[in-house]
Amino acid sequence: MNYNVNEKGYYGEFGGAYIPEMLYPNVEELRQNYLKVMAEPDFQKEFQQLLKDYVGRPSPLYLAKRLSEKYNTKIYLKREDLNHTGAHKINNTIGQILMAKRLGKSRIIAETGAGQHGVATATVCALMGLECIVYMGEIDIARQAPNVARMKMLGATVIPALSGSRTLKDATNEAIRDWINNPVNTHYIIGSAIGPHPYPDMVTRFQSIISEEIKWQLKEHEGRENPDYVVACIGGGSNAAGTYYHFLHEESVKIIAVEAAGLGVDSGESAATSILGKEGIIHGCKTLLMQTKDGQITEPYSISAGLDYPGVGPMHAHLCKTGRAEFMSITDDEAMKSGLELSKLEGIIPAIESSHALAIFDKKKFKEDDIVVVNLSGRGDKDLDTYINYFKL
Amino acid sequence: MNRINQKLEKSKRLLSIYFTAGYPNLNDTVTIIQNLEKSGVDMIEIGLPFSDPLADGPTIQASSTKALQNGMTSEVLFGQLKNIRESVQIPLIIMGYFNPILQFGVEEFCKKCSEIGIDGLIIPDLPVDVYNDQYRATFQKYGLINVFLITPQTSDERIRFIDSISNGFIYMVSSASVTGSQSGFGEEQTNYFQRIEKMNLDNPQIIGFGISDNTSFTQATEYAKGAIIGSAFIKHLTSFGINSVDKFVSNILKA
Repeated sequence: MNYNVNEKGYYGEFGGAYIPEMLYPNVEELRQNYLKVMAEPDFQKEFQQLLKDYVGRPSPLYLAKRLSEKYNTKIYLKREDLNHTGAHKINNTIGQILMAKRLGKSRIIAETGAGQHGVATATVCALMGLECIVYMGEIDIARQAPNVARMKMLGATVIPALSGSRTLKDATNEAIRDWINNPVNTHYIIGSAIGPHPYPDMVTRFQSIISEEIKWQLKEHEGRENPDYVVACIGGGSNAAGTYYHFLHEESVKIIAVEAAGLGVDSGESAATSILGKEGIIHGCKTLLMQTKDGQITEPYSISAGLDYPGVGPMHAHLCKTGRAEFMSITDDEAMKSGLELSKLEGIIPAIESSHALAIFDKKKFKEDDIVVVNLSGRGDKDLDTYINYFKL
Repeated sequence: MNRINQKLEKSKRLLSIYFTAGYPNLNDTVTIIQNLEKSGVDMIEIGLPFSDPLADGPTIQASSTKALQNGMTSEVLFGQLKNIRESVQIPLIIMGYFNPILQFGVEEFCKKCSEIGIDGLIIPDLPVDVYNDQYRATFQKYGLINVFLITPQTSDERIRFIDSISNGFIYMVSSASVTGSQSGFGEEQTNYFQRIEKMNLDNPQIIGFGISDNTSFTQATEYAKGAIIGSAFIKHLTSFGINSVDKFVSNILKA
């Protein structure tokens, strides 16, 4: 079984480029160039250098001793939370800004939900001196004020998405409309492993540094490259895609994908796409998405803005359908509890997205000698308000 | 022969109007269609609303959201149009995004269209190659014309390919934009119109996006077989209601 994208842009039956003709030249230009550009020694050199000196890579692979003791298994945390700007998002934005420059683009657009991808995009635009426009749902702007301020400090223009539900899905629509209106000079930095081909593959490749590092770091720690499990949370699925990438075809490595159940999978307030979703088209790709019987895309819910997306990337839809990955879902309450637990046991305050991945230890029993690598995709600074309100701190 | 082909053979300065089904009120669909035909419109695009209309500007987004709130679905639309051919003769096209059609079942959707007397479909986010590989035979089986879009950025080679798999007309998007974003045409557009005119394509072209009044309609039809108006008509419906359709149309068509 092949879990990578094929030459037509599909993962099994998922993926493709379901885009209006207005976007065809932009997406086609990218499709024809992305692998070529990424393979250039000069590109790789600049990319690796920035990951090292600017992002602070490699991010540590940390054996969480007290957490391991509590759950009686060996838990490693991949510390993407220690990256510049506080999450894995910057791996992709560094890659894409270098791509945009080589394609001769002068204007960058992005969508953002909680603001993490917006901040990571504004950051690299400042670094490269490119114009940056970030679309963000009006409701998200109100509830993520510090990230809006960060983007503005970094020189970005933040435009509220006023249509539909005024959250991430609508911000993505607005960014796509901007790209239709500005087809020549603009590059759209998509923040997740979604969108029309080649975006899911390109984003996955830029994020694959995560599993590349896990391999050699685990070798140093344990004398073996492959853990028994890799675990990541999934919204659109960029941190998960990066965490799994180099293990997809390693049969001994089990893959766990953790979705947000929100208030509960059956509550009507959930983002557990693998359970609630059905095959369809969202934001330019065929994948699993939450929708009505009539094919209208519905609003997901999660306490974590980064997991609050009605679809999953097409690679993950394929991993789900083929059974390569085990999908688990974690409620708001379970995630919040695990976030607090990691803070107290290890002195690490995780992003609420990452807390979902940590919550599986209460639900699934691992063997004492299992090695489980959890991607700690981001830090919890951005979520302090949510933690404060939830725990009445 | 499909009604679209017949109409294209006979007409010059063809006027096609787009509206969102279920807007302003759920059950306005048939009345709007009848009023448009009576007013002298040559062809109608019935918009099947979608929650996430990527290629549309604020006007059609808003009418789509309202139509969905009103309860419009594929099923409801087919119910409303069941007897439409008893009163309406002009070509009718359904324009909608792919996901609702996919969920209905592409073959089942085509079958329903054919039973009702729908002549063609415009599905902006159904890619040309996917249509060609997977759905072309189904469309042909039910006698439906699929209409493709081209834009100023579409290469000549791709336009030739699109022309080769089209069997009605080519929807020429006037500029790089979503719907309803501009009014009138500058030099860039007329150059593009002339470029396409000179290609002598097999299929006639109809220009859409950015046409809102008599001036832009006249300009567009100098270079193409006809023109499509959407957002401007929806704005008119919003302001003046479904009984003033003829006023809008006569303003566009005045000599």
